[in-house]
Amino acid sequence: MSPERKATIMSEEQIKNLEKQFEERIARDEKIEPKDWMPEKYRKTHIRQMSQHAHSEIVGMLPEGNWITRAPSLRRKVALLAKVQDEAGHGLYLYSATETLGISRDEMYEQLHTGKAKYSSIFNYPTITWADMGAIGWLVDGAAIINQVPLCNTSYGPYARAMIRVCKEESFHQRQGFEIMLKLSNGTPEQKEMAQDALNRWWWPALMMLGPTDAESVHTEQSMKWKLKRKSNDDLRQQFIDQTVPQADILGLTIPDPDLKWNEERGSYDFGEINWDEFWQVVKGHGPCNKERMKARVGAWERGEWVRDAAMAYAEKSQERKKKQVI
Amino acid sequence: MSTKNWPLWEVFVRSKNGLEHRHFGSLHAADADMALENARDVYTRRNEGVSIWVVESKNITASNPEHNGEMFEPAQDKVYRHPTFYDLPDEVKHM
Ligand SMILES: [Fe+2]
Ligand SMILES: [Fe+2]
Repeated sequence: MSPERKATIMSEEQIKNLEKQFEERIARDEKIEPKDWMPEKYRKTHIRQMSQHAHSEIVGMLPEGNWITRAPSLRRKVALLAKVQDEAGHGLYLYSATETLGISRDEMYEQLHTGKAKYSSIFNYPTITWADMGAIGWLVDGAAIINQVPLCNTSYGPYARAMIRVCKEESFHQRQGFEIMLKLSNGTPEQKEMAQDALNRWWWPALMMLGPTDAESVHTEQSMKWKLKRKSNDDLRQQFIDQTVPQADILGLTIPDPDLKWNEERGSYDFGEINWDEFWQVVKGHGPCNKERMKARVGAWERGEWVRDAAMAYAEKSQERKKKQVI
Repeated sequence: MSTKNWPLWEVFVRSKNGLEHRHFGSLHAADADMALENARDVYTRRNEGVSIWVVESKNITASNPEHNGEMFEPAQDKVYRHPTFYDLPDEVKHM
């Protein structure tokens, strides 16, 4: 009998009991594996978060894909290509980890393509100059690392294992971005200006990427218990700012926040008000590139259909042929 | 809509000779050859392996964690399978 079927005929008390044991296992730092009993809410929450994470990796390829053919040198081109390929890999690790929770790959694609599932709002901003490749690697991958490192210890085994692999690969992404920024910052005045402009445009969206303020964040408490989160959004954001400001100093660039100031007492930077209206507008689909991203994604899926079908037909034919040869 | 979806495959990678193949994850592919190629691109982009196995997921029979009691408990009370079960005087060396 499948775990789900069994759940339906269990008494409420039995379920409560199982849930208690389940929470205790997680509190003891035990991992949950795909076939283990789990509360429906745990399954659903993980499907939501993990698939959104996978979607973000996949859609995240689009803004950078925009510059692969126009990279300024072969060195930059192979690096960007490898970086974008890694993001595809991250999406695939995460999709297959999510499938272990009983949702199919097709259902997940369907949710993304119909707009039912979300992806990180940052990928709805345009990449208008080469410096954006630098700013994305430095800031967007930088913020992603801060988000992802704690997930290497999350309670769901397949998610934790996928994140360990992802985190190992992210450091190259951030370094290649920073190197682009460094080169531009030390280049001609126009190049430096280009780097500054990219920082101006990506700084605030990168801060928003770490999620709504703690006061507005709905899932935090439960997520902390399940180790889907280990630090609050505001703490992660502060960590990101504190480690990024000195990096901007090295570049000789100015962070576009007049309120940014070192706070001796807190041992952290104070920073200005984030425009959360903008964040929610983008989340709701009204960012500068939401439509373009979905169009590109759905288009790629639809244009690839004949290839998927042909590969399947070929596989079936070869199978048939092999069977005949055996007889 | 595609007529048929690519099946799911489990990927096992030997990191280097001398080590066993270890489960790395899974992926979708139309057939075994494609599964191998995709596994190379998805799981070994940085020399993580010297050998890959792919197995269609539906061919794996897995034990059910709900039956872990019957399945694994019988080994629990068999302490005599461990060297520490045997009482020997301290003078006995190399054993
Ligand atoms: Fe990634
Ligand atoms: Fe990345």
